[in-house]
Amino acid sequence: MNRYFWILGAFAALVALLAVGLGLNPRDVPSPLVGKPAPAFNLSILATPDKTLGPKDMQGKVWLFNVWSSWCVSCRAEHPVLVEFSKNANVPLIGLNYKEVRGDGNFDMSKMPADEEKKLAFQRAEQWLTLHGNPYTLTVMDIDGRVGIDYGVYGVPETYVIDKAGLIRMKHTGPISPDVLAQKIMPLLAELNK
Amino acid sequence: MKRRLLIALFFFGSFFGSTVAFADAATEAATAADPVAEKRLQKLSEELRCLVCQNQTIADSNAELAQDLRREVRTMIKDGKTDKEIVDFMVVRYGDFVLYRPPVKGITLLLWGGPVALMLLGLFILQRYLRRRALRVIAEDQPLSADETSRADALLKEIEPK
Repeated sequence: MNRYFWILGAFAALVALLAVGLGLNPRDVPSPLVGKPAPAFNLSILATPDKTLGPKDMQGKVWLFNVWSSWCVSCRAEHPVLVEFSKNANVPLIGLNYKEVRGDGNFDMSKMPADEEKKLAFQRAEQWLTLHGNPYTLTVMDIDGRVGIDYGVYGVPETYVIDKAGLIRMKHTGPISPDVLAQKIMPLLAELNK
Repeated sequence: MKRRLLIALFFFGSFFGSTVAFADAATEAATAADPVAEKRLQKLSEELRCLVCQNQTIADSNAELAQDLRREVRTMIKDGKTDKEIVDFMVVRYGDFVLYRPPVKGITLLLWGGPVALMLLGLFILQRYLRRRALRVIAEDQPLSADETSRADALLKEIEPK
């Protein structure tokens, strides 16, 4: 009898292990960038294309860096949360528009010259923000996705919390839910802004 | 539940996606002209995980990200970077998870050692069981008593053809 309890116990432990494994989000890969300086970039600003912005310009401020795109369905889902956030918080929210045109999948990029892609990207990003509201202090344009690679972006939307010293303090992959904002991001922002 | 279904569909989709891998052949033609660089690209791509379709390497996957990362690897090869420099570039950005073969270190000890430990445990249990059974067989292996012999004889007689 004792032996059967043993087997049953081992089986239950295995089931528990697999159940936990199934419940985990496989896309929640810990970022090695947390605790490291935000990778440098210098990208054109959506509203003022002849001006550029980089993490250096944000030195001394706690800021949010949110990767988005008009073709990204989950970005639509998180957008109202960001709009609400921008109304209340006085923390700069910088947008990184990620591969606006070439990420869409509806364009034959081999037939599109670079300047046309750039023009279209600015146009589409602008349009989207007009349509859904603009929560961003500024948006910078990562047209070819190079900066995205430096930030380890592998799915939009992604959000980074960057502190006064320019260190990445948190990365959130996937849309920000009101819960994530209230329970994880807001407390961290408050603590960093102390 | 819905999410799991989506994940299953996702993997199903990425499986079929792999059959059209290397669709960006035009851009790869440049490296293809140099067989040594091409071979390095292929080898490195097989070592790196595509973070979108996580069970594929960036060589197998045709996800956008995999294409971008292959492009990065290609550029770095052209720039004369060593294999280690290229792999480190990826690890700095995406973490150890980007390595298709996880490195052996503290946190992955269970991953690497687990199967061996389980096999040793299994062998230990098997050996103990066999030894105990052997002892039990020896203990029970005694000649029949007079009573048992007569009963056995009676039973044999019953089935003997007349």
